[in-house]
Amino acid sequence: MSVRVYVPCDMSAISVGADDVARAVTAEVAARNADVKIVRNGTRGMLWLEPMVEVETPEGRVAYGPVTTADVKSLFDADFLKGGKHKLSLGLTEAIPYFAKQERLTFARVGVIDPVSIDEYRAHGGYEGLKKALAMDGAAIVAAVTESGLRGRGGAAFPAGIKWKTVHGAPGHTKYIVCNADEGDSGTFSDRMIMEGDPFTLIEGMTIAGIAVGATSGYIYVRSEYPHAERALLRAIDFARAAGYLGESIIGSGKKFELHVRRAAGAYICGEETAMLESLEGKRGIVRFKPPLPALQGLFGKPTVVNNVITLASVPVIMAKGAQFYKDFGMGRSRGTLPFQLTGNIKHGGLVEKAFGLTLRELLYDFGGGSATGRPIRAVQIGGPLGAYVPESQFDMPVDYEAFAAKGAMVGHGGMVVFDDTVDMAKMARYAMEFCAIESCGKCTPCRIGSTRGVEVMDKIIAGEARDANVTLLRDLSETMLAGSLCALGGMTPFPVMSALDHFPEDFGLTPKNISNAA
Amino acid sequence: MATAIDIQKALHAALSSMPDEQASLLPILHAIQDSLGYVPKDIVPDIAEHLHLSRAEVHGVITFYHHFRQTPPAKHVLRVCRAEACQSMGGNELADHATRSLKTEFHGDTADGAITLEPVYCLGNCACAPSVMVGDTVHGRVSPERFDDIVASLRGAA
Repeated sequence: MSVRVYVPCDMSAISVGADDVARAVTAEVAARNADVKIVRNGTRGMLWLEPMVEVETPEGRVAYGPVTTADVKSLFDADFLKGGKHKLSLGLTEAIPYFAKQERLTFARVGVIDPVSIDEYRAHGGYEGLKKALAMDGAAIVAAVTESGLRGRGGAAFPAGIKWKTVHGAPGHTKYIVCNADEGDSGTFSDRMIMEGDPFTLIEGMTIAGIAVGATSGYIYVRSEYPHAERALLRAIDFARAAGYLGESIIGSGKKFELHVRRAAGAYICGEETAMLESLEGKRGIVRFKPPLPALQGLFGKPTVVNNVITLASVPVIMAKGAQFYKDFGMGRSRGTLPFQLTGNIKHGGLVEKAFGLTLRELLYDFGGGSATGRPIRAVQIGGPLGAYVPESQFDMPVDYEAFAAKGAMVGHGGMVVFDDTVDMAKMARYAMEFCAIESCGKCTPCRIGSTRGVEVMDKIIAGEARDANVTLLRDLSETMLAGSLCALGGMTPFPVMSALDHFPEDFGLTPKNISNAA
Repeated sequence: MATAIDIQKALHAALSSMPDEQASLLPILHAIQDSLGYVPKDIVPDIAEHLHLSRAEVHGVITFYHHFRQTPPAKHVLRVCRAEACQSMGGNELADHATRSLKTEFHGDTADGAITLEPVYCLGNCACAPSVMVGDTVHGRVSPERFDDIVASLRGAA
């Protein structure tokens, strides 16, 4: 039997040379006439080790990395096809502490299987959740999702089951499932990793959602910056349809569900659910007023479930293993697991799926290994461009939606961008305002005008012009944006700005005394 | 540079691939830009008529989204990520290096017509920062030296 060699096809792995390594392995296999099957898997999420090549051995999969094309010959010479020792040996993949310490529920198959092989998906527990769902009525599925405690993983953390219940109870025959795959936050890539590494999980989750609420079609709104993910989704949808998992009668159940992929066009605001719905309808991505809630009047005015990729991709495991199984992970009102993304200036960047409740310090040091530059970590931005900058003094707080909110921070989509002590926090505050100005949809004044004024005020503060007065103005402006904006873009841009100012006043040319006066 | 015939072909292929309703607008614009590299201004009325929209509505959509452009790009579009994770790993220095070495500002083209330089806000490659994207290909851990290699290979291919 041929030896299986895994070379990831994940975009991150490719960005550091995985395609070149795959070609070099293929050439070497041909030159040596070896009996090898090369599988392009997703990534295991240990991105500092990419390209990470794995070989299947009787003991389990053995990893080598980071592999360059120059290493390929010597790997064969070291008999890596039998798990031989090499300077890049990492041992058994699943014994690498970074991986072994994780709780992979949503990401159980990512990096393990060929992403577009429906047979491998089924062999690893795929479509078990759908089978159970097909034997239940919609209300029972909604109840199970509610019972699991699953909350929206896109950032707002709204209980998924409650949203589903609203759509389930809404009158009308036409309803939609919309997956928000417009993962625009810097420091996040978990949606992309699922779509590229295990797209069937998302397809299965959306299908279950459709059955639960009585929707027969769904849309996935995927970023234009994610061409690999779009291709993987389109291929997987074709395979799912061919195998009878999508279409007029899902595996003979008589229940219909069809999926469409729509490409976004580079507007950050379309990650906001109502702007995304506008975009899907062929309009500019302008935020809608709420109410009406999308659950009652969403896409094309019909009742619509709008969930993020990870939320929907977590549904299959909940259905397969039961609400209680999922609920047993986590703390407080934050149940289940979250895929954390350790990014930026971090030694061991990657994806860590863990139950809620571990501390930031565990993530940054036990998993992350500290900064990539070896300098002290000064600040971590959590939850994307609208998330607060968290200083070292708060690294011991547990990751939990409520604990974060109590400190004026947010877990958001679980992305953590690490900065070392060379960062200038005044510049980061200015950037937050600049980003808001670039991406504002323009509908409401606090966001549209406030962000531009914010950049100007920050420029004056950085230049040392009437500093105390301008800091007071900045706080006032932030209050206005926070209270008066229509959506989270204008409403949360003050979080990074104010957290930078409060925790790092020295970067704004202030002493802690000035800051207490200003506040 | 697209000829008038190329433009008409791309337009008709895009219009005929989708139903004539407003929700088809983004897929149609993508199909045209995938084919031509941009959405020519003079076909806006055709798109509008096909979808029963006003020209203003179509123009509004094209200009709202950062991805769509109304003028032809250079041979290659090189996007440099300007978002926070890349900034934490030297992204600003890389952006400065890009504008200096290519002798163009962002949204501009190099004098030889080989490269259009664009900013992008996150490529989802944040653990391998800083990143750039050329066409559909993302490059991670891009040092200024690696940037120069990428540019040289693009110019070689041009």
